[in-house]
Amino acid sequence: MRTLALTLTAGLATLAWTCAIAADQADQIIRGQYQAVLGDCAGCHTRPGGKPLAGGLPLETPFGALIPPNITPDSETGIGNWSEADFRNMMKTGIGHNGVRLYPAMPYPAYTRMTDQDISDLWAYLTTVDPISNKVEANQLPFPLNIRLSMWGWNLLNFSETPFTPDPSKPAEWNRGAYIVQGPGHCGTCHTPKSFLGADKDSVFLQGASLQGWFAPDITNNAQSGLGKWSEDDLIQYLKTGVNAHSIASGPMAEAVENSTSKMTDADLKAVAVYLKSLGSDAGAAQPAKPDQARMVAGEAIYRDNCSACHGGDGSGAGALFPALTGNSIIAQDNTETLARLVLAGSQAVHTEHARTTPAMPSLAWRLNDQQVADVLTYVRNSWGNAAPAVSSGDVAAVRKELTQ
Amino acid sequence: MTKILPRKDVVIVGLGWTGAILANELTDQGLDVLAIERGPWRDTATDFNIGYAQDELRYSIRRDLFLQPVVETMTMRNDPSQTALPMRDFGSFLPGNGVGGAGVHWNGHTWRFWDSDFKTKTNLTNKYGAARIADLQVEDWGVTGADMEPYYDQFEYLAGISGKAGNIKGQLQEGGNPFEDPRARDYPNPPMQMTYAPTLFAEAGRSMGLHPFPTPSANMSRAYTNPLGITLGQCTFCGFCERFGCANYSKSSAQTTILPVLMKKANFEVRTDSEVLHVDLASGGKSARGVTYIDSSGEEYFQPADLVLLCAYGLHNVRLMMLSGIGKIYDPNTAEGTVGRNYCYQTNAGVQVFYDDKNFNPFIAAGALGQTIDDFNGDAFDHGGLDFVGGAGINCIPTNGRPIGTRPTLPGTPKWGSAWKKATVQGYKSTLGFSSQGSSYATRTNYLDLDPTYKDRFGRPLMRMTFDFPDNDIRMSNYLCDRMEEIAKKLGGKQYAVGRRKKGWDSVPYQSTHNTGGAIMGTDPKRSAVNVFLQSWDVPNVFVIGASAFPQNAGKNPTGTVGALAFRAADAIRNHYLRNPGAPLVQA
Repeated sequence: MRTLALTLTAGLATLAWTCAIAADQADQIIRGQYQAVLGDCAGCHTRPGGKPLAGGLPLETPFGALIPPNITPDSETGIGNWSEADFRNMMKTGIGHNGVRLYPAMPYPAYTRMTDQDISDLWAYLTTVDPISNKVEANQLPFPLNIRLSMWGWNLLNFSETPFTPDPSKPAEWNRGAYIVQGPGHCGTCHTPKSFLGADKDSVFLQGASLQGWFAPDITNNAQSGLGKWSEDDLIQYLKTGVNAHSIASGPMAEAVENSTSKMTDADLKAVAVYLKSLGSDAGAAQPAKPDQARMVAGEAIYRDNCSACHGGDGSGAGALFPALTGNSIIAQDNTETLARLVLAGSQAVHTEHARTTPAMPSLAWRLNDQQVADVLTYVRNSWGNAAPAVSSGDVAAVRKELTQ
Repeated sequence: MTKILPRKDVVIVGLGWTGAILANELTDQGLDVLAIERGPWRDTATDFNIGYAQDELRYSIRRDLFLQPVVETMTMRNDPSQTALPMRDFGSFLPGNGVGGAGVHWNGHTWRFWDSDFKTKTNLTNKYGAARIADLQVEDWGVTGADMEPYYDQFEYLAGISGKAGNIKGQLQEGGNPFEDPRARDYPNPPMQMTYAPTLFAEAGRSMGLHPFPTPSANMSRAYTNPLGITLGQCTFCGFCERFGCANYSKSSAQTTILPVLMKKANFEVRTDSEVLHVDLASGGKSARGVTYIDSSGEEYFQPADLVLLCAYGLHNVRLMMLSGIGKIYDPNTAEGTVGRNYCYQTNAGVQVFYDDKNFNPFIAAGALGQTIDDFNGDAFDHGGLDFVGGAGINCIPTNGRPIGTRPTLPGTPKWGSAWKKATVQGYKSTLGFSSQGSSYATRTNYLDLDPTYKDRFGRPLMRMTFDFPDNDIRMSNYLCDRMEEIAKKLGGKQYAVGRRKKGWDSVPYQSTHNTGGAIMGTDPKRSAVNVFLQSWDVPNVFVIGASAFPQNAGKNPTGTVGALAFRAADAIRNHYLRNPGAPLVQA
């Protein structure tokens, strides 16, 4: 937050010097910068170590690669020749300047819920960003998907321009949380399962989805697979710092925490937590079948040799350094892609102001075969109060194949 | 063809403990800092992977993390009348290599030197007369224990040292070291849970009226978050510290205490696998312009910088000064020149006590988990009736029970074959070892210079090491062995063996990587290479940081003092040097 405040102050000083900007305009720009935080524009549109918003790393979608474009106000390669109306239309409908249709990797199906005021503020901020000349060929999709007009049909099937409608029966805080999660925060873009056309399946909103080699877990209040065991404070701490007693963010969520949630206001984080904790309170009564005892024995031996030194003999972990494996919602997901990936490839933890250590899980792909990884994961998923279906060696093999491609 | 690179405010040679401390402090000051590291990048999960970090063959026997002699070695001899020959392998000491340096694979004993250690010459002269030290070349450091206290404190809190204070602001503390200087506050972490062998050793010592206390340890007794906000985990007592990187984030090193914060800073950069060939001086030789380095593809670069910090291993700092023409190389015949002067090397000895009926489970261990007796160290005892000066800490620190290296046998056991195998089985669990970490005092003929014959892979002369244990230090070590023998008798095993230190330093068996001196600090530019802030007397925009600055070594491991000196140099640069860059902080 301090960084943001400093940036704003510096930015405003420049503005005041150049064009004696009106106070209300300055307020709007500050609000707009916060909208950019909520929407995590930088997460996609800034390349690591690159100039802010001048274009990002390719997004690997099931349909092919898309490169997040340059959204700085450069008139040749950015959005410098867009009007505010173009921008609002794009956020609301996915149709940008000159009628170009965007692919829904740009989460306009979520941004469409944003208020006109928030979009206007965001636009005001984007016009003040340093213009950078950087030509990005966004569309890397294969034929026929590379024809943007195909999105006309997609939108017809999958998209409706729906503003966010508050639920008058709920408190303002809940509604604020719902607005952030469904709108600018676009949590569903990762966490909601997709149809075969890549559209959100609203019936299973935020119940976990696979993308870019990771499984974004269930973030409803489901006690088994979701955040049911987390308190509101746990959730706030996680979003603010990337670390809590149950989990440590890594992978794409680490980026979301670093760029976006760690910079949100405490009030907004509370609102998000209140809203998420209200979703899908189904306790997941169906207990999975007990795994084969022989696999549990094999898994325990592997666990003792490879995992217990850090995660503890009882899976209790060690605070901010080694995540607990009990009550950790990643462990209990039906989809084990993230779990297999963590064991095979390892992963480095999030870095925030409040979590600076960035400890890392080592790669064990060279040491454990698919069956051994499956056995140890099965053991972890069914020990110390955890209960989740056994993992097959085929599940692990698929992840290994993806990692080595 | 040397490529010329854009200027930096500061270039640091070597990214180990001192390089990382200086880089973190000076980037906090807003300076643009570049570290050039000869070895590779190293990080916990990738390089000390839990699956192979404890590979004894790879790391201990084949020494995977250390400097390899093909990269740089040195020649050695025992006295100036001999012809020095190159060491074809490192043995007696094992310099580090790569990011984190030797701080990656140390044990973690973290000591403070005492005020009397810093005033060696004055103190010994006052107490015992100048004649007693006539055959030695001891010096004062130019600092006091009180000067150093805040910087020791800073290093201990950075590194999360586990220990028990013996003296807080003049109040003696039960269970700590009664001989230590006053400290402002206790260690950041309590002592480690004691294992059996040190417990017995301490009981024996106490029953003899001695004062055992837990060795201050850089292995974490509990999870700890340091002032930079970096968390270390509790030590698991796996017994793979010295020669190994820690897989569990439980041993302090640059990796576990500084780099996670430093590497995120926009004004810091490290270039690894790049070896600095020399510091480039401006014409006249009174200031440095930057450094010349070569990367792993053989490309040569000139890196201009306003301030050059030599933060390599102490021996390599000294050689870089010699190769760069910083200061005058010491000549033992005339006693003129300062670079290479007062090279010292820890004087150690050890005792083993053999039992039939005890099981020490030596594999439950950590590098600095043990007990120390300081009653015969430094100024803790009166040398009035004795024939030497100096002393040693007596340490019972069973660091490991690794299967290849831990093979204690009774004296007289064959060195190989079935009888040896049988004896190692008997001795493995039931042997208690302890040792003396002895002071090393400088002499006129123990020194470093450039070898006239042998060159490295870039055609630069190797450094020549001329060293033997001084007679004084042998007498000291024998006295300590007598005291250790008394403790061994008290311990009451079936048999004991004392390994005494003898003249004729041998570069083959491992002894310690506690090579000190060669670019010593002091108040007289004729007898020291750097001033009391580690700034070169001759080239004031060069600082030389490390154990190279020790005028002589106390009976303690050097890292704590190296860390404190690094913080002190950083403080001097931040708060004094930068006000008038390029000027000497002390007038000669």
